[in-house]
Amino acid sequence: MAYTTLQPQAGGFLSRLGFGNKARKKPAAAEEMKRVQFTSPVLPYLFLFPQLAVIIIFFYWPSVQALSSSFYIEDPFGFGSTFVGLSNYTDVIFSSEYQSIALFTAVFTLLVTFLSLSIGLLLAVKADRIIRGASTYKTLLIAIYAIAAPVSGLIGMMIFDQHVGPFVKMMSFFGWHMQVGLNYYDTAFAMTVVAVWKQIPYNFIFFLSGLQNVPVSVREAAMIDCRSGLRRFWTVILPLLAPTAFFLLTINVTYALFDTFGIIDVMVKDKPANNPVTLVYKVYADGFRGNDIGGSSAQSVILMIVVFVLTIFQFRFIERRVHYN
Amino acid sequence: MAAIDISSVGKIYTGGVRAVSDINLDIKDGEFIVLVGPSGCGKSTLLRMVAGLEAISEGTVKIGDRVVNEVEPADRDIAMVFQNYALYPHMTVRQNLEYGLKNRKTPRAEIDARVNEAARMLEITQYLDRKPRALSGGQRQRVAMGRAIVRKPAAFLFDEPLSNLDAKLRVSMRGEIKRLQRRLGTTSIYVTHDQLEAMTLADRLVVLSGGQIEQVGSPLDVYHTPASTFVASFIGSPAMNLMKAELQGDKLAIGPSLISLNGYAPTSGAVTVGLRAEDLRVVSGDEGMPFTVEYVEELGSQRLAHGVVGDQAVTIALSGEAEITDGMRITIDPSKLHFFDAETGKRLDARAPAKAVAAVAEPVG
Repeated sequence: MAYTTLQPQAGGFLSRLGFGNKARKKPAAAEEMKRVQFTSPVLPYLFLFPQLAVIIIFFYWPSVQALSSSFYIEDPFGFGSTFVGLSNYTDVIFSSEYQSIALFTAVFTLLVTFLSLSIGLLLAVKADRIIRGASTYKTLLIAIYAIAAPVSGLIGMMIFDQHVGPFVKMMSFFGWHMQVGLNYYDTAFAMTVVAVWKQIPYNFIFFLSGLQNVPVSVREAAMIDCRSGLRRFWTVILPLLAPTAFFLLTINVTYALFDTFGIIDVMVKDKPANNPVTLVYKVYADGFRGNDIGGSSAQSVILMIVVFVLTIFQFRFIERRVHYN
Repeated sequence: MAAIDISSVGKIYTGGVRAVSDINLDIKDGEFIVLVGPSGCGKSTLLRMVAGLEAISEGTVKIGDRVVNEVEPADRDIAMVFQNYALYPHMTVRQNLEYGLKNRKTPRAEIDARVNEAARMLEITQYLDRKPRALSGGQRQRVAMGRAIVRKPAAFLFDEPLSNLDAKLRVSMRGEIKRLQRRLGTTSIYVTHDQLEAMTLADRLVVLSGGQIEQVGSPLDVYHTPASTFVASFIGSPAMNLMKAELQGDKLAIGPSLISLNGYAPTSGAVTVGLRAEDLRVVSGDEGMPFTVEYVEELGSQRLAHGVVGDQAVTIALSGEAEITDGMRITIDPSKLHFFDAETGKRLDARAPAKAVAAVAEPVG
């Protein structure tokens, strides 16, 4: 993170707004950064207003709405609502369907995060070693990231299509007759593959730039100190990639939990059978298809708490092991 | 500890760019060799070829009795100190020192003993548990040296290790490197572009230019008998004055003056003459070459007067108290003149015989 200090421009637009610089002389050595001071107390809030407005309108307000409607049962036709206390929550938590979806979501998230991180890292390490034609490889690998989630879901659907899908045909040679959209595990498999495939380029970009930030002389020193390339990677390169990896871990968990919605929607929409979905998809399906606003709100509140706990865990326990240079 | 034998070594990069050509160098066991030259002269490339960080395109490098052209850097039994230290930022100082030993399966007790000894030698014992980012530049450099020392390698390779330090620290670290190398007796190759560092550290200097060796010799040899105008202008501060002159028999015409060499004539016709700033003397009267001072650099112990003789720039070194006047005249002991071929810049013969001391410089009619 880089902090930039706004340089006041004498007599300019900013100073007319009351943006003056009255830097008091501090004891030497004490102040490293120049402190920018505002002459009017309202001004900083004015600057913050657009950002705050966006957060309040699109995040806090819906959150409060969800929280409040999770305590009501809403009439499906919008004729009023009844306060039911915590029964929306108890209904959700003790439903076996919800429990199995929660389990699937956990497994799905773990798999997608692990696979997309490790494959992304592997590709980045390989691409980093290539000298000739490096930019072609990189462009080809990164290009996939430009595909929108529903489109990649659609492409995935075609690959796994029961009649024309090339992957399905290939697998049938080995005696595996995939039925994506009908068979629970086949669908889960296809869903995971597409979700991982979609996320690899993102991880690849970050890992590659992380690798290129490892100083050449440190690698060379390691070459003299350690013969085994694999050992060098584990003991020198990977620890230096840890900040990148931690950032990607957070991003990938969020991706697997929430951003796979588009892929899942394309894959399971209009399919008759008991297909795997994630918690987020169930929130949507119950709320907007099933018109159970209260139950869906309760689910989204639970999900919010889960993410909250997960984030705290990541920053408390994993970030500690990360070395920032 | 081992001798290093570099024979007919050349480096051609992909694309056909030639960085180094035909280097022959016999480094004796325990010798301190300094590769010196301007940037781009191939000195670092040569060092990196010895280290195994660059492939050797031509010739062979032998460390001890073993040709190492195809040997992995880790198996060459060398340790390298890098310009920007190249410490592992995520490891403590102790882990940095241990890393190379651990990977070589050195017994734990041995590792501890060596690390503690090196730390004591370099006075970094109290920093062993710190990360490199908590150290100053000088301390990091010590750790980098410690990492090389604990390995007890056949050779140390230094790639401009002091150029990131400030001037004062550089002088003291220079002394320390010399002291350590003497004490350990490890063969060392040291790359620098700083001629002063090269002069003070080297047992033997190797002056490189354009990927080729210009001269190999002890620092004083190189200083007193530079093999070419390039070496003459590169080694020594201030640089040797190089003047166009003409030899007519045993008379040397420099600008407006004529110096008699008393029967000595290394060649005839156009020649480049080298004059060390400290060999030039100020004389009174009409003798010598007229010297017009343009500006003076005060160095405290001495003063450097920059000016012209005729239309050629000349620098002379004077004692701190010497008076500087307009219309000074300077002269030189002819035995201290260096003659170079005007075309190739190569040194001509030895210098004028000592009997030519009584030089008479007379204005050209």
